[in-house]
Amino acid sequence: MAAINRDDVAHLAQLAHIEMSDDELDRMANELALIVDSVKSVSEAAGDDVPTTSHPIPLTNVMREDVVGHVLTVEEALSGAPDSADGRFKVPAILEES
Amino acid sequence: MTANELIRLSASAMAAKLAAGEITSVELTQAHLDRIADVDHGDRGVNAFLHVNAEEALAVAADVDARRAAGEELHELAGVPIAIKDLIVTKGQPTTAGSKILEGWMSPYDATVIKKIRAARMPMLGKTNLDEFAMGSSTEHSAYGPTRNPWDLDRIPGGSGGGSAAAVAAFEAPFALGTDTGGSIRQPGAVTGTVGVKPTYGAVSRYGAIAMASSLDQIGPVSRTVLDSALLQEVIGGHDPFDSTSLTDPSIGLAAAARLGNVKGMKIGIIKELHGEGYQAGVENRFNESLELLRSAGAEIVEVSCPNFGYALGAYYLIMPSEASSNLAKFDGVRFGMRTLPTEGPLTIERVMGATRAAGFGDEVKRRIILGTYALSAGYYDAYYGSAQKVRTLIQRDFAAAFEQVDVLISPTSPVTAFKLGEKLDDPLAMYLNDVATIPANMAGVPGLTLPGGLADEDGLPVGIQLLAPAREDARLYRVGAVLESLLEAQWGGPILDQAPVLASTATVAEEAN
Amino acid sequence: MSVDTILSFEEAMEKYEPVLGFEVHVELNTKTKMFSSAPNVFGDEPNSNVNEVCLGLPGVLPVVNKKAVESSILIGLALNCKIAPHSTFARKQYFYPDTPKNFQTSQYDDPICYDGWIDIELEDGTVFHVEIERAHMEEDAGKLTHMGGSTGRIQGADYSLVDYNRSGVPLVEIVTKTIEGAGSRAPELAKAYVAAIREIVKNLGVSEAKMEHGNVRCDANVSLRPHGQEKLGTRTETKNVNSLRAVENAVKFEIQRHAAVLDSGVAITQETRHWHEDTKSTTSGRPKSDADDYRYFPEPDLVPIVTTAEWVEELRSRLPEPPAERRKRLQGDWGYTDLEFRDVVNAGLMDEIEETVAAGASAAAARKWWMGEIARRAKLADVDPAALGVSPAVVVEIEKLIASGAINDKLARKVLDGVLEGEGTPAEVVAKRGLAVVSDDGALQTAIDEALAAQPDVAEKIRGGKVQAVGAIVGGVMKVTRGQADAGRVRELILKTLGVEG
Repeated sequence: MAAINRDDVAHLAQLAHIEMSDDELDRMANELALIVDSVKSVSEAAGDDVPTTSHPIPLTNVMREDVVGHVLTVEEALSGAPDSADGRFKVPAILEES
Repeated sequence: MTANELIRLSASAMAAKLAAGEITSVELTQAHLDRIADVDHGDRGVNAFLHVNAEEALAVAADVDARRAAGEELHELAGVPIAIKDLIVTKGQPTTAGSKILEGWMSPYDATVIKKIRAARMPMLGKTNLDEFAMGSSTEHSAYGPTRNPWDLDRIPGGSGGGSAAAVAAFEAPFALGTDTGGSIRQPGAVTGTVGVKPTYGAVSRYGAIAMASSLDQIGPVSRTVLDSALLQEVIGGHDPFDSTSLTDPSIGLAAAARLGNVKGMKIGIIKELHGEGYQAGVENRFNESLELLRSAGAEIVEVSCPNFGYALGAYYLIMPSEASSNLAKFDGVRFGMRTLPTEGPLTIERVMGATRAAGFGDEVKRRIILGTYALSAGYYDAYYGSAQKVRTLIQRDFAAAFEQVDVLISPTSPVTAFKLGEKLDDPLAMYLNDVATIPANMAGVPGLTLPGGLADEDGLPVGIQLLAPAREDARLYRVGAVLESLLEAQWGGPILDQAPVLASTATVAEEAN
Repeated sequence: MSVDTILSFEEAMEKYEPVLGFEVHVELNTKTKMFSSAPNVFGDEPNSNVNEVCLGLPGVLPVVNKKAVESSILIGLALNCKIAPHSTFARKQYFYPDTPKNFQTSQYDDPICYDGWIDIELEDGTVFHVEIERAHMEEDAGKLTHMGGSTGRIQGADYSLVDYNRSGVPLVEIVTKTIEGAGSRAPELAKAYVAAIREIVKNLGVSEAKMEHGNVRCDANVSLRPHGQEKLGTRTETKNVNSLRAVENAVKFEIQRHAAVLDSGVAITQETRHWHEDTKSTTSGRPKSDADDYRYFPEPDLVPIVTTAEWVEELRSRLPEPPAERRKRLQGDWGYTDLEFRDVVNAGLMDEIEETVAAGASAAAARKWWMGEIARRAKLADVDPAALGVSPAVVVEIEKLIASGAINDKLARKVLDGVLEGEGTPAEVVAKRGLAVVSDDGALQTAIDEALAAQPDVAEKIRGGKVQAVGAIVGGVMKVTRGQADAGRVRELILKTLGVEG
């Protein structure tokens, strides 16, 4: 497995939508390199024949009937919003002006 | 009985006195609010609480007293106050998850466990401190300052649920709710000399617990006695149609198991891989004493091997951050919580999200999000996340094989006692090692309980003993835990917390400072 | 915005072979959302049909809507898919303000339906076999409204407003395998494919299937390769194609644009394109790049769906007759020519005619009324014939009145007007308006005698054997009786009066 470097961290930070300063990227790259190194044995632990486990307790077909339940009022829905207008959540422009 | 004596009772003893009419819930709740005011605040305060819910707690208490006076049939724990880890959403009180990004956020809905607490009419004292989004083993990663260990205010109370454990250890609450993803209930329990239980995955609804790693998270009780945890798990457990991973088993028989009082003929397995090297000598000594006590009570102690537990920590640090990176994506400054605008450049939603998450999340949260994003990203998924999910299968197989031989497993809860504040803050790997003994239970979904096993010889700090049972056999933990607890307390001549130092009042200091 | 150069469609077809692929999103018409019990309702006050789950608030968990699963399986069965015995959900991760959790709960490795097919019949009867790769369950996003700027478009907007009412509405995404060999019929096939999917989900009753409401949305993939080349060309994915006409036009435009780009020696950029109805062209969205790393992983908050044979067979038994088979059957039963039947289908009157025939009318009569008088009146009123307000029972009753001789065709049209005026049933209209055929021979005889007296020369011709001249006298009688006579009977009586054999 390839070691994690600063460029990787910059790309990951972009995917994760977390702005990072150059110092932060350097520091994070060093820390993550150590952590990744310490967990690498995991990829050698199990053979191809071992199935994966995504849920600790295997359940299936947990479904609900198609019956309307509670709804929030518009006020409740917007109560935590950093910004809103006209009963809707307000966000800055999606595209940069070009 | 003085207020100071009252708050040192177990929750079940408080419930008995309420039922007998010897005390009122208002009296009991006020005693705890006074205790919080006395020891929680200021530079040398415990800082277990992020929010104190005095008004509502007293109103609920008064309501319980009135109903009791009117002869109404009430829940056994009605009127016994409780503290809530601030990862669990509550109407009427802020929920922060210990993060700046949620500062002041008021949930418009209650978690399922909170609905159950309300239905049982238990006054909620407030919300307890935690590592940000429950990511940590020391509560130092809280955006609102660390919680201090009542045994030594310069030491960590464990984490992530240091606030709930410290509140209970400092008699600020008789019990509390915690959450446990890799040991966040049990490790704080161990280092504060309290009891904590991570129930079987699905035994308690996760609806309304802010998710860190969905397949590992579980809400559970924090208390001073094994019976109190059993009583509390009965209140909060049971099927919830709002949680698809919720088990349909009824939440019963736990207190009865705690009251059973014998372990004769039970087979208890020592996990070869979870003691010895890497474990503090004092921890190891107390662990061995507990084994002797159980043997003397008629249990058969055998050694079992779980060879894949050695991979558990590594696999955990791939699965947990992967799920966390996804679960924490919603904190983006659009629908709730804080929004930070970029200081320069164009104002687009993408840049606002980036700036919000940069300012709102602490270092450990960012570290885990980046690590998880890495483990799930194209080209790495199979080697990291995929492999970790296979290790999970191996750990489950180890548990299955072990439980073919024994009824319960036993180990130290934490390899070390409480360390100094700041000691491991800059060394993530050293911090992660605190969870080495607690993580396997989360990986396999099995229940685990920690109870105080005495004080380590070298530092006089609490040591935790962990019991593990097969999935859906939580009752076994309470049965064995309660027996071991009574044997140990007989040795000590009383609860372990009787040996804790008396906390100086910080209220006067705070007043003088004003 | 630069305007793309395009090649003529004919020239593009001479040089290149188009390869298509479609992703059609179908919004299900369940009462509640895919993963929460909030109502699934179109067009209400913003953010009024949400609860904490659709908003993705901290602490929430999803629970699967069983009806949505069953609707998805029904769609799969109608598309001849295999139904997965074990199907799982996964998270598709990307940040966008209309996506509350910043991931979409979808399916990845184990879609509920896979490996299906559908035969698409073009207007001239050519049949294309389209293979379905998968049909999987997922949730819809909220709705963004772009404010400021000039056009309400995302470009140049000052800010956007988000309504999460649509967030969490159940979607089934139907993905085709690559479709080769359509040649110049590609645009037509595209339109016919989407029309067929729309018809199927409507027929199943699992979706409102209104493209104008976004119930059925199509992303069209187009690539070109030189004739004879096996390797597929680079594709583009055109989104926002929200009418059948637009699907056809967008595919045609992309073929022409690709051809021009390839002709100029430039490689096609793999990217998302947006269709613009106003300019009938596509523009570049964001290019597909490394940034599109969706980091799918199994949804830990949802457990697998296991389909038993009993469950699937029970659902299969609920399947209505497939639209194509039904059309074939009905045309055979009714004995319409291909042209007649196509006109009926295009007029959207198949259901009405089927009901009318079932209620007792002949297929010919049903077609005569629906495609004739009713369609004509509908056109005048500018509504669909089916929506005019004529029920199959009315048609049947009018036909019965004609057959019994109570009214004739001309009167029947007046009866129809009366029904549409709200005057009651056909029989009531006949009574109220006094429209019954004059069947009193005495009254008719008087009218006939008068008519013969008025046109003695014609009467003479008839007497002389020119029986066909009787029409003029019949016309006179009908005029006098204001059409309320049985023309056949009038003719009989005239000939009898004149002593001529009919």
